[in-house]
Amino acid sequence: MDVSKFMVVMISMVFINNFILSKFLGLCAFIGVSKETKPAISMGLAVTFVTTLSSMITWLIYKFLLIPFNITYLRTISFILVIASFVQFVEMVVRKTSPGLYRLFGIYLPLITVNCAVLGVAVLNSETFFQEGYTVQESFWFSAAQGFFAGIGFLLAMILMSGIRERLELTDVPKPFKDVPLAFIIASLMSLAFMGFNGFRF
Amino acid sequence: MKKLIKEFTKGIIIENPTFGLVLGLCPTLAVSTSVSNALGMGAAATFVLLGSNIIISAIRKMIPKEIRIPCYIVIIATFVTINELVMKAYLPALNASLGIFVPLIVVNCIVLGRAEAFACKNPVLHSIFDALGMGTGFTIALVIISAIRELLGTGRLLGSVIIKDFAPVTMMILAPGALLTLGLLIGLVNYYHIKRKTNKEITKVGCDGCK
Repeated sequence: MDVSKFMVVMISMVFINNFILSKFLGLCAFIGVSKETKPAISMGLAVTFVTTLSSMITWLIYKFLLIPFNITYLRTISFILVIASFVQFVEMVVRKTSPGLYRLFGIYLPLITVNCAVLGVAVLNSETFFQEGYTVQESFWFSAAQGFFAGIGFLLAMILMSGIRERLELTDVPKPFKDVPLAFIIASLMSLAFMGFNGFRF
Repeated sequence: MKKLIKEFTKGIIIENPTFGLVLGLCPTLAVSTSVSNALGMGAAATFVLLGSNIIISAIRKMIPKEIRIPCYIVIIATFVTINELVMKAYLPALNASLGIFVPLIVVNCIVLGRAEAFACKNPVLHSIFDALGMGTGFTIALVIISAIRELLGTGRLLGSVIIKDFAPVTMMILAPGALLTLGLLIGLVNYYHIKRKTNKEITKVGCDGCK
């Protein structure tokens, strides 16, 4: 286990390969829920929570079910089913046990069952961390870290975007560009700024 | 017959998945770096859409209402897996350049959206035409976006040089170019709707429906 490798995963997921701004995963939620800061933060927290836990679960499934039985071609179908049922289950548990948490991010859980960021990070994990050169432990913790930091990157982009869009509400923009088109153009400028992080090489 | 043709054409212009309903944005932006990628993605999505629409509308009376979404997802995922295997075997280069977005067709809102909005209420033949129309509309939208990006980003179309002595705007084939192109195109569509007073401006992204 190497701490510096964790740092690489972190910086790569949050800044260089930011899920929204350079990989286009989870755009619908990004454009749809980023009008105000509070819901945006809740959504980001919900996504972080789900990507982290679903990374761990799908890792276990891939390692102990799909690989031993040599049925890795069932990856897509098994991952999506497990993620969907897991998210529904978490939503029920959170609603019953903790109204505070439910208000904080529970209401967004059903929305992200079929968010591409969640399935995307699971597929990405199974493609990167099962190659030669990773021990079993490393591959598990790196998968979990990749899930967590992908969520943090999502949260960061959500907070930045919602801050900008809250201010834009008060400005006078051409009518055809109000709301959605302008959000895309701002996302494009943000993505241009994030490309600066590409200079980081390890 | 007239109705069938209507089901087909509505997906191309009025209810175009990208410019009318604003669905399935992630693959639209990610794979539109070149026209050949766009055509590949369009064909793959059309295949999945066609397969899932046929099966879902054929067994629509057997699926209990409460668990319809998981049923749809299993059916869609099956076709995505078929598509993935075929692509890996016969088109490895295309599969490599589409990458992670081939398995991600499962969570493409267009496929689940058509199952929920159309295939579960209509007979098989209508669903086939609906799927073909939606698939074609998606492909056309992808080709438009990717043609703009490829032309400005490399000066080429489908790999052959169109503009000579052209300093390419590399940004256009990277991530910011995709967002910029889509933003401007949606603005253009809105401008058209405002001029015509059709009240169909795009004010929200359509994924809220795919729970």
